[in-house]
Amino acid sequence: MRERAQITLLPDGHRLHLHDGPIDLIIEAFGAALAVNIAHSAAATRFATLLDELCSELPLLRQPAQPGGQQPAGVVAKRMFAAVAPYCEQTFITPMAAVAGAVAEEVLASMTSAANLSRAYVNNGGDIALHLAPGENFIVGMVERPDRPSLVGKVDLTYTQPVRGIATSGWRGRSFSLGIADAVTVLADRAAAADAAATIIANAVDLPGHPSVTRVPARDLAPDSDLGDRLVTQDIGNLFPDEIAAALNAGVEVAEFLLSAGLIRAAAVHLLGETRIVGANIISEQPVVRSEGSGSLMHA
Amino acid sequence: MADDDAIRCDACPVLCYIKPGRAGACDRYANDNGELIRIDPHVVLDRAVSRGDSVVPFLERKEWDGNIVSSPDIFVTAIGAGTTYPDYKPAPFIISSSVQGVDMVTVVTEGIFSYCGVKLKIDTDRYLGPETNLVRAQGEPVGHVTTSEYGSQMLSLGGVRHLTGGSRREGTVTCETLLNLCDRKPVELAIDEGATIVVEAGRPPVVDGVREERMRVGCGSATIGMFAKQWHGKVDEVVVVDDHITGVLSEHQAGKLLGIPETGIEMKGRRSTPGRYFRVAEPGTAWGGTNIEDPLSILKEFDPKIAWPKLRLLMVSTTGEHYAYFELDDSLRPVEKELPVTLTESVARIKENCEPALSTVMFMAGAGGSLRAGVTENPVRLTHSVRDALTRVTCGGAPVYVWPGGGITFMVDVTRMPDRAFGYVPTPALVAPIEFTLKLEDYAALGGYMDHVRPLASILGGEDRRHLSSNPKNPWPLSDAKSPRPAK
Repeated sequence: MRERAQITLLPDGHRLHLHDGPIDLIIEAFGAALAVNIAHSAAATRFATLLDELCSELPLLRQPAQPGGQQPAGVVAKRMFAAVAPYCEQTFITPMAAVAGAVAEEVLASMTSAANLSRAYVNNGGDIALHLAPGENFIVGMVERPDRPSLVGKVDLTYTQPVRGIATSGWRGRSFSLGIADAVTVLADRAAAADAAATIIANAVDLPGHPSVTRVPARDLAPDSDLGDRLVTQDIGNLFPDEIAAALNAGVEVAEFLLSAGLIRAAAVHLLGETRIVGANIISEQPVVRSEGSGSLMHA
Repeated sequence: MADDDAIRCDACPVLCYIKPGRAGACDRYANDNGELIRIDPHVVLDRAVSRGDSVVPFLERKEWDGNIVSSPDIFVTAIGAGTTYPDYKPAPFIISSSVQGVDMVTVVTEGIFSYCGVKLKIDTDRYLGPETNLVRAQGEPVGHVTTSEYGSQMLSLGGVRHLTGGSRREGTVTCETLLNLCDRKPVELAIDEGATIVVEAGRPPVVDGVREERMRVGCGSATIGMFAKQWHGKVDEVVVVDDHITGVLSEHQAGKLLGIPETGIEMKGRRSTPGRYFRVAEPGTAWGGTNIEDPLSILKEFDPKIAWPKLRLLMVSTTGEHYAYFELDDSLRPVEKELPVTLTESVARIKENCEPALSTVMFMAGAGGSLRAGVTENPVRLTHSVRDALTRVTCGGAPVYVWPGGGITFMVDVTRMPDRAFGYVPTPALVAPIEFTLKLEDYAALGGYMDHVRPLASILGGEDRRHLSSNPKNPWPLSDAKSPRPAK
């Protein structure tokens, strides 16, 4: 029984909450009041049909992406495909790995093409698409574990930097992960690209066959998961420091390769209290003081 | 994809297969031992917010989200509270709070109602269909036409027979129809041998594609009675066209008393009493709820012994939406002329006296069964307590009318409830919030689960709470719980 998409202005009067099925977006636009209104309306209009578009191609989007394989028809689906395309020859990945980032990107694009905004963001459950006009910046807070948000670092993103997408992946998040990373946060030029890369890096943070890691076929948890019978992490017991380091190194190695290939701009890899940064010139590790009400602070 | 114990959630087009004990991709719907349940954020009505304007509806939707303020004036609704199974387990939330020094307790649960439905009051004189005929949604029978009320047509939808007594699809469509109506969404309904209508709680009904603007001012005869004096001297004859009782000024008691002379008018239809005619035409969606497009079609020829050339005739419908003015020519045939200025006011006044036509959706359900066991170990005492006005029943914080007689059968106006207050289970049955508020000492006396009572503060502040401002039209659920008032 279909519920309508729900669109609500949050009590702060600035942020808009858009909800439809599994999609929850928090968006905020900065600029002249009229421009902000227009951007909100544009986002709401674009959002209304978005889930239906995606679901009409869901079986295709849940299949592993193949070089030269069948292309989807939808705009968001095409963004998802493009984001996972660089990986699909080497490894298993489905376009669903980039769905959150692609949705965020699409809604942001609808806002920035409708109105002249100084800044804007679309936060899709931690996967964020950003817009910055010349001279503007965003300060983004990072959390170590999505299920227990506390800030462990911050990123000051300016207009001159190419980063417009942030995504976080890890087994403690809402999606299943093949790896054991608590969280991998990736900064990339676009949100969908960040989303796909975070998935790839989080999968790589791993200790294959380790007895302390509980894994279950994805299908046993969610029969229609795009991960099929692949084992997804459900729990991690105690690991020795050298094991943690080995798992992190495996992830960092992949992240560095993606950085050198220009697919990402930076990554922060978290596992059991340990953090590794790739692309350290962007991410600062000092914890920030949480400032309530600051419009420019987001949780990645 | 077939998986024996997984269920398919149809809350959104993702159509997740959900295994027992797990939630779908949205984290809002879950499989609870084979039943699809909603695990939405729990709604907490916040009285303080209605005073501070910190919440701004967007796109004219009056729903809010997020954690706003905490205040002593808080009432916990059952929306999203979930329910307990089996029934003998205490309700999910039994909340105590202090109201003017009296310890109150609110037992909060979501009821799963197979015995439920909606009563629809549709303000229209247009003909919707024969009494007792089936009302269909998406081709499936979901209810029937019941008695007409003054200026309104009543439909009764849902009920256990359509929900569980027919085909699977009939049950699903009935459930969806009820849910959409209760969620104040527009729903299209087709009546066998009748009209197709679109109804939405609190909005004008649309009958066969025409939006109903206003209710009739009265039946045709009553309209004559109301306006006879204003017509006197300005026109020789007035016919107020109405599907029920068409009125004729010169024959009507009101016209007689004013000394209005006979005009020789001859009506079709069956004369009831002087100046009052039944069935001048078939029911329809044109003039006055009849099927006539040409008002002259309900007149026979004027009696040449009485009528005279230049006789002035006004024909008007009971809502003033249709009107025409005629004068008789030399052969006593009516010829349409422009409405004289002296009469425009009376036609406008008929219109002005018609109230806006609305669709009203009353949700009706019976909570007299096992749901009571989540409130007290001795369920009938809850019924008695409600009956004795010691316990106030609310539905998402909105006042309800509890029917006299046995059980706890109640009705609530869905427009007074918070948004997204209803859910459903695939049984199919509707899930509706229900709260029982009473004094703590009365709760103890009726065998309540005293060891499950927890203070209000213990459930506030969680991130899974939805704070809403209370509807200013509703009495505050916690005030003066000794005298529950039925919905007005």
